[in-house]
Order: sequence, then C-alpha cells, then structure tokens
Amino acid sequence: MIRTDVLVVGGGIMGAATAFFLRRRGISVALVERALIGQQASGVNFGNVRRQGRFLGQLPLAHRSRALWGRLPELVGEDCEFTVTGHVRIARDAAGVQRLTDYAEAARPLGLELELLTPNMLRSRFPFFGPEVTIGSYSPHDGQANPRLVAPAFGRAAARAGAQVFEGTEIVSLTHGSTGFEAETADGQRLSAPVAVVTAGGWADRLSAALGEPVPLELHAPQMAVTEPLPHRITPVIGISTEIQEEGLYIRQVERGNVVFGGGRRGAIVDGRAKAVPSNLLLQLRELQRFLPGTRHARIIRTWAGVESYLPDHLPVIGPSARVPGLHYAFGFCGHGFQLGPGVGDVLAEIIDTGRTDVPLEPFSIARFAAPMP
Amino acid sequence: MADPRVIVLGAGPAGVRAAQTLVAAGLRPVVIDEAPRAGGQIYRRPPPGFTRSAAALYGTEAGRATAVHEAFDALKAQVDYHPETLAWAIWDGVVHAAKGATALEFPYDALLLATGATDRLMPVPGWDQAGAWSLGAAQIALKAQGCGIGRRVVFAGSGPLLYLVAAQYVKAGAEVAAVLDTAPKSAQIRALPGLMARPAVLAKGLVLRAKLLRAGVPVHQGVTLTRITGSGEADGISWRDARGAEHHIAAEAVALGWHLRPETQLADLAGCALRLDPETRLWLPEIDPDGRSSVPRVYLAGDGARLLGADGAEAAGRLAALAALQDMGRPVSAAEQARLRREIARMDRFRRGLVTAFPWPAAQAAALPDETMICRCEAITAGEIRAAVTGKGAKEINRAKALSRLGMGRCQGRFCGVAGAELIAAAAGCGLDEVGRIRGQAPVKPLPVAATPEGAA
Repeated sequence: MIRTDVLVVGGGIMGAATAFFLRRRGISVALVERALIGQQASGVNFGNVRRQGRFLGQLPLAHRSRALWGRLPELVGEDCEFTVTGHVRIARDAAGVQRLTDYAEAARPLGLELELLTPNMLRSRFPFFGPEVTIGSYSPHDGQANPRLVAPAFGRAAARAGAQVFEGTEIVSLTHGSTGFEAETADGQRLSAPVAVVTAGGWADRLSAALGEPVPLELHAPQMAVTEPLPHRITPVIGISTEIQEEGLYIRQVERGNVVFGGGRRGAIVDGRAKAVPSNLLLQLRELQRFLPGTRHARIIRTWAGVESYLPDHLPVIGPSARVPGLHYAFGFCGHGFQLGPGVGDVLAEIIDTGRTDVPLEPFSIARFAAPMP
Repeated sequence: MADPRVIVLGAGPAGVRAAQTLVAAGLRPVVIDEAPRAGGQIYRRPPPGFTRSAAALYGTEAGRATAVHEAFDALKAQVDYHPETLAWAIWDGVVHAAKGATALEFPYDALLLATGATDRLMPVPGWDQAGAWSLGAAQIALKAQGCGIGRRVVFAGSGPLLYLVAAQYVKAGAEVAAVLDTAPKSAQIRALPGLMARPAVLAKGLVLRAKLLRAGVPVHQGVTLTRITGSGEADGISWRDARGAEHHIAAEAVALGWHLRPETQLADLAGCALRLDPETRLWLPEIDPDGRSSVPRVYLAGDGARLLGADGAEAAGRLAALAALQDMGRPVSAAEQARLRREIARMDRFRRGLVTAFPWPAAQAAALPDETMICRCEAITAGEIRAAVTGKGAKEINRAKALSRLGMGRCQGRFCGVAGAELIAAAAGCGLDEVGRIRGQAPVKPLPVAATPEGAA
C-alpha cells in the first residue's frame, strides 16, 4: 500500500502541475497516469497561452497562471518554449467587430488590457492578414508554448521534488471510506490518501460518477496541422473570432518557422484515439489561405488531433467536490485548458494546503451538474 | 451491381502487374502514381525527350524493364490512370490524393498498395553535408537525368544496390574511388546457400563485382564508416578497415545506403497491422502469403511489404490482385496462384540470403558520436535524442519524437526513423519492439496548402 497525503489521478498538465505545487508546499503526493505524462490533450494541443477571449469569470485564474508561465525556468527548470508573442484576435464582419469591442471593454476592469486595431492599424502592424479582416484585438502579454514539453516538465519537476510518479499505471477503482481514498491499479497496486484529485481529462467522468457526481462530459478531437518551416513573419498567436465553425482557426508560427494551426471541423475519435480527418484539413487550408494569403505557397507536413473533454456550458470543472470531503477536480477544459494548467495546479495545491483561495472558482463547481433535490 | 472500385497505389513492377491482372479479369482499376511515367523506382523512365536506350538505362534488366513499361502502356485505355498524383492520406475507405494543387478523392472497395521502398540509411558523421547522397538518389540521377552525383565518387553502405550503382557509375564514365561495404566477407559466404535460391541473380551480382575489379575499383569489405569529411561540402570519407586501420579517400560525392526499407506509411494510415521483423529489424506490414493485410479489402505487394526485388514485386503484384479478385467472388486460377506462391517462396529464400549477406549494422547507431546529425529535416543530433531517452525517460519512439523533434520534419521520419529507433534502443537498453515505430500521420509527403478539392476552386 502506497500512502501519501494526496493522490492525483491523471497525469496531464493539470495533474502534473498539481503534484508539483503540492510538493512545493511539502505535501506528499502520488501522481498516477495511465499512459505517459502529458501524452493526451496536454501534449497534442495547439499551445496557446492566451487570456483574451476567455469566459470573463475565468480571468483571475488565467492571470494567476500567466504569472507562473513567466517563471517556468525557475519552477520546472526549462522554459518549454514559452514566449510572450502577444495574441491577436481578428474578425471580418460587423458582428465580429461588436464582439471584440464588447469583450475588450468588459475585460479591462478585470485586469486584461486589449488594444483594438482598426483595419489600417492592423495592416501596418500585421501585414500578413487577408483583405477581409476588419478588426484586431491585441493582447500583448499573451503568448505560446510547446505543449509537448510542458506537462512532462512539470511531471519531472514534481518527481525531483519528491512526488511519486507512476506512469503506465491505470486506476481501476477509486473509493472513499472512513480513512479517506483508496485506489487500486490494473497491475494490483494499492494507493491510499486522505485527499484525492481527479485530473483525468476525458476519462474523469467515470471516476466522478463512481464517487456520486456524474457529469455530461463529451469527447471531441480538435484537429491541427503544421506547415514546413517558412521565414518567421508571424509573431503573435492568431485567433479568428467567428460564428462559423469552419472559419474558426487558431494559428501561430513557431520561431523555427513552421506555421501551426487548428480549429474548424473536429477530427474523429476511433477506439479512444484521436484521428485527423483529411477532408477537414482541406477546409482548414481554404480558411488559412483566406486569412493568411502568404501561406498559399507552403506545404503541410503533418496533421494530428487530440482527445479533449467538453462540458455543455463550455466551462471546466475545477475545485472541491460538492459531495465527498477531500475530493477535488480539474477536468473538462473544453479545449482551453493549456494556459490554465500551471494556475490550476497552484490553486488546487493552495486549497488542499490552506482550505481556501482568493481565485473565484464558483462558476466551475461540479455542483452545477448535480441532479435537483427530489 | 456496379463493378467494384479497385485502387492500385503505385505503378512500379508490383502495381503494373496488379493492374494488368485486374484488367484481365474485366475490371477497370484506378492507378495512382507519383511519377510522371509508370515503371517505379527500379524501372524509372527518363523524362520525354531523353533518348538513351533501355539497354543503356537498365543494363541486364532492360528486357524486364521494357516488359513492365509495355505492359502498362498497353493498359492505359483500360485503367483510370493518375500519374504525378500523390496519395497523401487514407481515411474511411477513401484515398485522398493531390495532383499539384488539385485535391482528389478516390473511394474504394478494394485497395492494393504497391508503394515500394526507399534507401535504408545509417547516419555517418558528416552525412548532412552537400555531396552526401543516398544510393537510390545517385542511381536516379543517372537513370532519370543522365548525370552523376560527382566525377569522383565513393559508394558506401551495404546491399546489392551498393555494387549495382557503383558498376553503373563506372559504366557511365565516373571515377569510382572506392566501394566500402560494412558487411564482412564472411557474411556473404555464409549467405551463399540462401542466395543459391536464385542462381541467375547471384551470378549477376558476381559479374558486377568482377566488372568493378576489372575497372580497378577498390572494394573493401567489413569496414566501419567514421566520417564524411568536408566543411559544408563533402570532400571524402574516413573509414576503418576490418583490422582497425584508419583510412581516408578523397571524393566529390559520397553515396550511402544499406539496402532498402519499405514505404509503409499508407498501409499504416489504412490501419494495417505492422510487425517487427527480427531478421531485418524493420517494421513490416503483416500479410498472408498472397498479400492480404490485416484490414479487409486492403492488399499489399512489392517492396512496400516484402523486399523481394523487382521480379518478386511483379509476382507479388499479380498474386495480391488475384487475392482481391478472389475475395470479390471472381474466378481465379488456383494453378496460377500456386505457381506465383512458389515463385515468391523461392525469392523469399533469396531475400533472406541477402539479409545475411548484407546485414544492417545496427550496432553502429549506438557508436555514433553525440554531435552526429540524425534527423536532417529538423537538425536533431544523436546527443539530443539520447538526452530525451536518458534525461526525459522517452523509450518509446513517438515519445522521443515529441520531446526531441526527431522525425517531425518534411520526411516525417521516413529517412531518420530506422536509425533513430536503433539509437533509442541502444540508449534505453531495450529492444526495438519496445521502442516501436513512428506512427504514420497524414500527409505522408508534403501537401500544398493550396490543395483545393476538384471543382471547388
């Protein structure tokens, strides 16, 4: 039996960061991951470290996380290619102009300064946009990072700090009793802890349901692609704000030159594995050329997709259980969890350690899915 | 009921014979091929306007090359032929292709993959310089363009192609400074029983050697290649002989290759199971003796499935097409199938002889200095890959890829993946089966951003 203060189930960025920040508070922790740390959504997402465009009630958490992104070398020993490149959100119609203008006004009192760019300003600053783009909203302190590196770096840093990290270890049962939580793994190991954190992404609903808190979690597979390296011209991360799914791309160019993009129609999930769908790529290419005409002579070298978990209100579950004492959750990030990862880990560790946090988590409580009292 | 839609991917010896077999059964297959003209790599045809004869281009194989070309030319009216067309993905019963910037979709009832092979490469320090080529590329330059990779050339590596290309360069008037074979002579002697399965082919190989000797080309066996020298442009190669003595040969160009590796990406995307073949240390698609893959209605033939050479590919193409016809309920000749199976079995004994004669020097990957470039697309060194293994715990190759960028570039690991896996296995102290193989991801080769569905432009 492996006994620790906290058992973290699921080694994506949420679980790895939680384990890491728990160790910084001197709390003993076991981090159990079915496959490899950061191999699922945490490792194959787009790599967006943006605050703008988020649900406004999430900005305090996003700010806390953003501060941690800037400290990665000090915290985990490497920068994970995090760079503050800015993030520009663009739109091409009147509704989009209104949407971005309203958001900028609403975000300002919450500590997120956004610069609205007229078409002329946009074109002089970012000459790569196509002619249809009529507004830009620029967030100078947002940026990007290499998703393949971040969760593994947190996992290794947690291990160096004393966390017990179990990869290739599947939890087959998680129960709560008078002595706390007990977990059994597929290979027959047993773990126990007075506190448990479920950070199992697309697989978290099975655990939450077993503990009496079912949630309507759905799995989807955002699809992405990357070009061969091109001269580095596009500094900020780009997000297209639109009501039309096919148009809704997000795009960034990494320093080595490859243009990475995702969005539009989602990929498929076959036997639990995300697959990029070729016809979706062709639709993405149509939109990519439309919004960034300079890419049209480039070539695509790779496509991929990742399993992400979604909830019907497009908000994650973060924070304590509404039923089980000592149980905490962080999952269902609806495709926008990457930026939040370090912050979620820090805040969960704070709650577990001190019983409280200043970061408002009410909108993310699992209680919102509880069946009404009979 | 409409005729079944059968697609043949690749118009080399296997694809041509498969298409011919399907046409003979009354079908009109779709034939998709990257090259402008059928023939594959081995019987690649020069561009229009080039006037060298088949005898000059293909030497002893001219008769076979011409037969394959003529067979396909005679079929053209009876197949739906798409040359210069890249099949870049297979998904949900559809082949996704692109001809230039036109994206095409081909739904299929049966799919016959005849995707061929490319050079199997072991990195040598300095191989990322201009003037370092693969053996296949050196041969293509000669065959398709009528030019050499240099005036004074060293051919290094192992395998039948090593001697063939060297002899072709001699014939073309190049100065072949040396042939450096990493396989020891003893391996070739040990392989003789297997090679006797095809005495005529063995004899051709011996004739090649004799020609090289007559031309005064130094041939060294059992060597270790230590460095392609030069400062940005190759100017020679350093090597160690079987007794450990160091040598250097000056040359304008160096061509490297260790036999071939099958092109399995499309089979992978079609969902076919692949298995590590312990003899060749290559991941090969699982097929039954007739070429049926693990996926119903998907068939494999030629060097993309088993490295039997061009003649073997012709037989395998015919046999796989017969399997497809049989599975569609069409009558096929059992005698013909039995004959082809026997022929392939004999060629497989020869293939195994070649594996013994020209072994892949797996241990050399472990010995590569840290600064050796492994992944040339992404500029990832042996040291960086080892750091991902030992520092970050990446023993599985897709994990090592995620953490180091190995195999993430234009070639998608087609050229660095085999050696990369050896390097990881050595650093992790585990077997290639645990290291695995780089998962195929579309597009299998670069796809233009401008790719637009037909009719949508």
